[in-house]
Amino acid sequence: MSSPTSTPGGRKRGRNTNPSTPSSEGPISPPSQKRRGQDSSTGDLMQMPTSPATDVLSPSAPQDTSLFSSPRPSVPPNEVDMSSPLMYGTPSSRVEGTPRSGVRGTPARQRPDLGSVRKAPQVDLQSEPPSAEGAAASEANAGQRLVIWGTDVNVGTCKEKFQRFLQRFIDPSSTEDENAGLDLNEPLYMQKLEEISVVGDPVLNVSCLHVQAFDAELYRQLISYPQEVIPTFDMAVNELFFERFPDSILEFQIQVRPYNALKTRNMRSLNPEDIDQLITISGMVIRTSQLIPEMQEAFFQCQVCAYSTRVEVDRGRIAEPAVCRHCNTTHSLALIHNRSLFSDKQMIKIQESPEDMPAGQTPHTTIVYGHNDLVDKVQPGDRINITGIYRAVPMRANPRQSNVKSVYKTHIDAIHFRKTDEKRLHGLDEETEQKLFTEDRVQTLKELAAKPDVYERLSSALAPSIYEHEDIKKGILLQLFGGTRKDFSQTGRGHFRAEVNILLCGDPGTSKSQLLQYVFNLVPRGQYTSGKGSSAVGLTAYVMKDPETRQLVLQTGALVLSDNGICCIDEFDKMSDSTRSVLHEVMEQQTLSIAKAGIICQLNARTAVLAAANPVESQWNPKKTTIENIQLPHTLLSRFDLIFLMLDPQDEAYDRRLAHHLVSLYYQSEEQMEEEFLDMAVLRDYIAYARTYINPRLSEEASQALIEAYVDMRKIGSGRGMVSAYPRQLESLIRLAEAHAKVRFSEKVETIDVEEAKRLHREALKQSATDPRTGFVDISILTTGMSATARKRKEDVAQALKKLIQAKGKTPAMKYQQLLDDLRGQSETAITKELFDEALRALADEDYLTVTGKTVRLLA
Amino acid sequence: MPSTHTDWINSPLAVVEEMFAASQNSPNSGWEAKVVEFFKEQLKEKDAHISVPSLNDVPLHYLKPNSLVKFRCLIQDMFDPEFYMGVYETVDASTKANVLRCGKYKDVTECGVDLNSSNTVTAERQTFYCVPVPGENPCYASSSQARVVPSTSYVPSRQKRSYEDDDDDMDTQPQKQREPQSGPHSLIEQQGNSDCKRQETEAPSTQTASASHIDLNFPLPGEKGPSCLVKVYEDWESFKLNDTLEVYGILSVSPALSALADEKDASSSVLDPTESMETAEEQRVHSPPASLVPRLHMLYAKPLQHNNPLLPSFSLTDNSAFLSSTLSEMATIRAELLTYFTHVLLGDSLAAEYLILHLISSVYTRRDILPLGKFTLNLSGCPTVASYTERLYQIIQQLVPSSYYLGMSLQNMNQMRLVPKKDYVANRLVSGALQLARNTSLFLDETKLEQGQLDTTGVRNVTALGNLISWQKVDYDFNYHQMEFPCNINVLVVSEGRSLLPSDSQVHVQSHVAPPHMEEYLSSIHMHSPTSSQLNKLRIYLCVARLLDYSISDEVTKSVEDDFVDMRKDDPQSISAEDLHKMLVVARLLSLSLGQTSLSRDTWLKAKHIEAQRRSRMEQHKCVNGNEP
Repeated sequence: MSSPTSTPGGRKRGRNTNPSTPSSEGPISPPSQKRRGQDSSTGDLMQMPTSPATDVLSPSAPQDTSLFSSPRPSVPPNEVDMSSPLMYGTPSSRVEGTPRSGVRGTPARQRPDLGSVRKAPQVDLQSEPPSAEGAAASEANAGQRLVIWGTDVNVGTCKEKFQRFLQRFIDPSSTEDENAGLDLNEPLYMQKLEEISVVGDPVLNVSCLHVQAFDAELYRQLISYPQEVIPTFDMAVNELFFERFPDSILEFQIQVRPYNALKTRNMRSLNPEDIDQLITISGMVIRTSQLIPEMQEAFFQCQVCAYSTRVEVDRGRIAEPAVCRHCNTTHSLALIHNRSLFSDKQMIKIQESPEDMPAGQTPHTTIVYGHNDLVDKVQPGDRINITGIYRAVPMRANPRQSNVKSVYKTHIDAIHFRKTDEKRLHGLDEETEQKLFTEDRVQTLKELAAKPDVYERLSSALAPSIYEHEDIKKGILLQLFGGTRKDFSQTGRGHFRAEVNILLCGDPGTSKSQLLQYVFNLVPRGQYTSGKGSSAVGLTAYVMKDPETRQLVLQTGALVLSDNGICCIDEFDKMSDSTRSVLHEVMEQQTLSIAKAGIICQLNARTAVLAAANPVESQWNPKKTTIENIQLPHTLLSRFDLIFLMLDPQDEAYDRRLAHHLVSLYYQSEEQMEEEFLDMAVLRDYIAYARTYINPRLSEEASQALIEAYVDMRKIGSGRGMVSAYPRQLESLIRLAEAHAKVRFSEKVETIDVEEAKRLHREALKQSATDPRTGFVDISILTTGMSATARKRKEDVAQALKKLIQAKGKTPAMKYQQLLDDLRGQSETAITKELFDEALRALADEDYLTVTGKTVRLLA
Repeated sequence: MPSTHTDWINSPLAVVEEMFAASQNSPNSGWEAKVVEFFKEQLKEKDAHISVPSLNDVPLHYLKPNSLVKFRCLIQDMFDPEFYMGVYETVDASTKANVLRCGKYKDVTECGVDLNSSNTVTAERQTFYCVPVPGENPCYASSSQARVVPSTSYVPSRQKRSYEDDDDDMDTQPQKQREPQSGPHSLIEQQGNSDCKRQETEAPSTQTASASHIDLNFPLPGEKGPSCLVKVYEDWESFKLNDTLEVYGILSVSPALSALADEKDASSSVLDPTESMETAEEQRVHSPPASLVPRLHMLYAKPLQHNNPLLPSFSLTDNSAFLSSTLSEMATIRAELLTYFTHVLLGDSLAAEYLILHLISSVYTRRDILPLGKFTLNLSGCPTVASYTERLYQIIQQLVPSSYYLGMSLQNMNQMRLVPKKDYVANRLVSGALQLARNTSLFLDETKLEQGQLDTTGVRNVTALGNLISWQKVDYDFNYHQMEFPCNINVLVVSEGRSLLPSDSQVHVQSHVAPPHMEEYLSSIHMHSPTSSQLNKLRIYLCVARLLDYSISDEVTKSVEDDFVDMRKDDPQSISAEDLHKMLVVARLLSLSLGQTSLSRDTWLKAKHIEAQRRSRMEQHKCVNGNEP
C-alpha cells in the first residue's frame, strides 16, 4: 500500500493492511491474498499517492514463520487477512467463543488508541508450511498452538489468564485511591465490574502492577504486545461481564485500560526499543489541540444502484472500493460524509516534569494523542501520568521526490491518563506523590537510617557550606521531615498541623538567606519569596481572566503552590501587615480562604513556613526581647514552633574554626567535598522516602515523657507566678518528636525522640524567649509579646508614680518634665522616658489623670 | 584502517560509507566508533584542524555541501530527540537487488527505500540549535579567521580571494610573527567595534528585517552569523545548554530539506490532520530552510574552555612550555595593564587593581548553591560626561573574548527580554540577553538609568540581574514553572552612586583629573591605547590567569586563620564571615593575576591591604553621601 506508514521495520510486527468486511471471517483466510492483490491494484483511489510496490513486494507467509522463534522478531508484513473490523478477537475465538447475547448485543467501540485496525491474525504453528525453524517448532510443542502474528501471544491462554486474574486478584494492602470504597479482601476487579454494571461507564482500569503480581508472563506480554493483548483483555472482560450481568445495558463494550506500566518512568529514557510497547511516563501538559474528528468508518454509496458499503479506516487511509459489488459498475461509489463514523481525537503535548530533568538541559516534549473520551480530559498545566503505546511513523514519502527524510515522527497513543496533582486540588487526604524508589536506593536509605548517628549525619549534610549552627540545621531537618498528619475531623477539630514552622532571626550577614535558598533548592515543592517583594495576593491566590477562554481562573500564589512543601520567606519583617495577616490562617489551620471576584473557596496550604527576619535596628540588641528586636506581632510568633537566633557568637575558638572552614572552601577540589558530605540527592530521597512511607505514632512511654515535659514546663513558670507553656508548645513538642522518629525511619515515637524534641525546643526557647532582664526563659514573651518581669516592672513604675503624685498633695496640674525628673530622683532604677510614658498611660487608663501636651492633670 | 582516506575533509561521507560497507562482512565490528576515532585521529594531526573551514568565518554559500566543517558555537536550545533510519535497505529499480545503506550523518535517504524491510535499524539522535558565541568580539573573530584561511581543501577560490584580500599575506604565518604587522588591522577593528556597538544599543530591528521572516533566535540583539542545527549521535547527555563547543561535523544543506517542508505546507497538511499536529511556527523553527540554517552532523565536538583563539586550543596542562613562558611574563604584563587601566580610570590605581581582578574572575566551583569565585565589581562614581562609560566598555571589549554592553535605561529594562522564555507554540526556547556563554563580560551601565517607573517586565528584569549577580544563575521561564540554569558571567556595574544591584565589591572611582579638564582627558584616552601586539599580550594574559589552578598551603591557611581571629579580637564588628569570604576571593584573584598558583603570605597581606583601602574609601564616601548602605 501506498504510504510507508508502517512502524519502523526493525520492530514491526505483521499486520494486516487490508480493510476487511465482516464476511471475510475464517481462520487464515486463503483468499485474502488474492483480494489483496485486487485491492492494491484497483483501490487507493481516494488518497495517497504512493508506491504500491512496497507491499506487493513484501515477502509472504513462509518467511514469516521463521520469526516466531523470538518474541520480538522483525516480521515482514504478512498478508493474511481475517476477522471483522467490528469485533475484537480472532476468528477462532469467535467460533469457539461464547455467543452470548450480551456480548453480541452490545456494540463494540473502536479503540483508536490501539491503532485503528490492528486485528492481527492468529497463526496455527503446526499447520504452517514446514519452513518453520526449530525454535518455532519447539514452541509449538510446548503447547502454544495458536499465536498472533509476530508475537508469542496465544489468544486462548491469554484470555483465560486474564479472566482468572479478574476473578481472583486480591490486593489487601492496596492504598490506591481508585480502589476507595471497595472491599479489599474480595477480588478487586470483580467489584469494579459490579460498579460498571451499576454506573454504566464501560471502562475498566487495570493496574499493571496487579497484573505483574498475579502473572509475570502475562504482564510481559501486555507490555510487549499491547495492541494484541489489550483487545484480548477486552474480549475476556466482556465475556465475563455479560456472564455475570446478562441484563445490564452498556453504551458499548467494556474497554480495558491498563495503567502503571513499569516500563518507563521518564520521557528522557524513551528510545527506539520502546516503540510499539506499553509505557507509562509522567509529564506536564503544555498544550492541547482542538478536537480533531477522525474518520473511523467511511460510508460509500453507489451512485448507480444506491448500494451502500462501509469501509474502515486503516492507518489513516481509506481504500475506496473501486467496484460496486452489487451492480459491478466501476468507480461509482461516492463517500457520504454524514453517514460516516468519526471519532474524537486530540493532540496533547506533554513536557517532562521539572523534577525529572538533569541539570543544564532543556525539557523534552512528546506528542500524545487522546481518543474518544480521553479528549479534553487534561488541561495545560496538569501534571499527569500517561499510559499508552509509543509509536514511530516515518515522514511521508513524497511522490515527486525519490528520497525521503530519514526521520521518524514519534507520538504516544494514550490509553490511560492519571492526573498526579488531582489530589492536591481536591485535597482529600495523604500525599499521592508516587515517588518510586529502586530497590537499591531503598536499601541504601535503610542502611543509612540504621546508623546510630543518622540524625547528626543528615543535619551536617544540610547546607554544608554554612558553618556550624548545628541546632538550627537540626531544626530545619526536622522541619523537612514534618510530623505525622492526624485527622480529627470526626471530632470536629479538623486536621492537626503536622508541619513545623521555623523562624530564623539574627544579624544581617549570618547566611540566613543562604539557608533558605538551600532548603528551597532541596525540596521538590518549595517556594521562595521575599517579604519585601511579595504582596498578600502573591502569597495566596489571585483571580485573573484567562486570555484564551475568557473565563475567570484562580491563580495560586506561593503558599498554595508549596502545599506539602516548604515556603521560604525571606525578609519576613519587611512584609506589610496585611500580607502577614494572611499567614495567621495558613500557619495554624493550614488552609487559605479566598473570597474574590465571585470565587469563594478554601484552598489547602499545608505548608511549612521557614522564615527569616532581620532585627529592626539592623543589629541584634541583646538587651531587648525577640519581639522588641524584630517587631513582629506575637500572635504570629507564637505560631512558630522554633525560633532561632542566628547571632555572631564572637568568640575566638569559633572564629578560628570558621576561618578554617572558609579557607578550605577556597581551595578544596570538588572530589574532596563530595567525600565529606552526603550527596544532596541522597538527602532528598531520604526525606521523600520518610515523608511518604513513615508515619510514626506515639508510644506509651513517649506520651508519658511528653506529658512530663509539658508539666515540667508549666511548673517552671508557676513558681514565679507566670505561665511558661501553652498547649501550642505541647503540640510543637509532639510534632518535633514525630519528625525525629521519621528521621530514624521508626514507626514509633520513642523516648529518645521526645528527649531530642525537648532539647531542641529548649535550645530555641533559650535563644529567643530569654528575658534579657532576668535571664530566665519566659514563654510569655512570645505568646503575649511582653515578659512577665517587664509587665511587673511597668506596674511598679505606675504605682510609684501614683504615689509620687499623691505625695505632692492637691496640685491639679503638673509639668510633664518636672514629674519625670522627680520620679527619676526618687526611683533607684533608671526610668526611661518610654517607661514613664507607659506609666502615665496606665494611670490615664485608670481615669486617674490626663495628659495634655506638656501638662499632666489629675482627674479625681 | 582500510584504504587511503585521502579527502576526509571534502568528502567525509565517503569515509563513513566505506567503513560501513566494510563492517557488513564482519558484524559487531563497531564501525561507528571507528568512524569517530578516525576523524579524531585526523584532527589530532598537526594543524589539521586549521585546514578545516569554519562556518563562523566562511559564508555558507562558499562551503561545499557534505564536506567537513567546524563551527564555534553555543548551544542555545535542545530539541527533542529524533528517531531516524540508521540502516535501511534500498531497492535498485533496474536490478531489483536490495542494498543496505547507512543513514547516519545524513538527513535524507537515497531513492527507493524499502520501508518494510526487516533490516531497517532505527536509531536515535539529538538535535541542538546552536548559535555563534554571543557577544564575541570582532577583533577575536577576525584573528581567528586568519587562522582558518590556509585551507587547502576548499576550492571555489575566485570570490574567496577577494573576500580576504586584506590579510592575504598573513595566511601562512604562525601567530607570533604575525602580530607586529597587524597594526593597521587593529585600527579597522576599532572602527568595527564602535559600529558594532552602535548596532547593539540602538537598532535590533535591522537584522530581523533582513533575515526575512525567520528569527534566528540569537541571545543578543543585533548579532549576525550563521546558526546551525547540530545533530548529535552519541553521548548527548554530556552536553548542557549554554555550553560553548567547537563542533566538527558534516555540513548538510540539501535543498530537499526545505523542499520537504514546502510540500507539506502546500498540500498534504490539508489532507491529513495527523500531519498538522505541528503548528506553522513549529515547522518554521524546527525545519528552517537549510540555506539559512544549515544542518551539521556532529562527528566530534570539543568543549571550549575559553573562546580565545590566541591561546593554544588544548588545555593548559598539556602545554607546559607555553604555560611557563606566559607565567614568567605575567608580572610584567600585569604592571602594564595596571598602568593602562589606571590611566583609563582617571588615575585611580585601586580601581584599576580591582578591575583586573574582576576581569580574571570565574566561578570555579559551586558549593551546594553557593557559587565560588565570582567577583562582581561595582565601579561607582563614574563621570557621566563625554560618554565615559561607553569608552570604558570599548576598552574592555578589546580585551575580552566576548562581552555585552547593557545600558540600564528605563526603556531597555522595561522592554528587553533578558531571561530566555519557552515558547510553547513554536516549541523552542526564545533566547534572552542573559543567555550568555561562560566568562562573557556583561557591562551594566547604570548611569543610563533615569527617573521613571519600572513595569512588570522591568521589575522582573532587575530581579533577574540581581539573581545573576548573587547566585550566578538565571531562572529560565518555562511558563508553568521556572528552571534554574547556572551560569558564569562576569558582571561589571558602573554607576554614579552605589548601584541598586548587589555586588561583591564596590569601588568608588576617585578621579585625579580636575573636572574642567575631564572632557579633554576623556577624549584623549584612546590616544594611549596599546598597540595591537600589546593588546594581544594582554588578552592572552587575562585568559591564562583565569584558567590557572590555585591552592592554599597549610601554613598560609594557618596564618589567615590567625589574622582573622586577631582582627575579630580587636573589633568584632570590623570583620564578619562575609568579609572573610570577600578577602579570600580577592586574595585568590590577586595571586592568580600575578601568576602565582598558590597563595603566599605576601599576597594575602596585599589583599588585606587593598581591601582595607577599599573599605575605608567606602566609609568615607558613605559619610559624604549619607546613603544607607
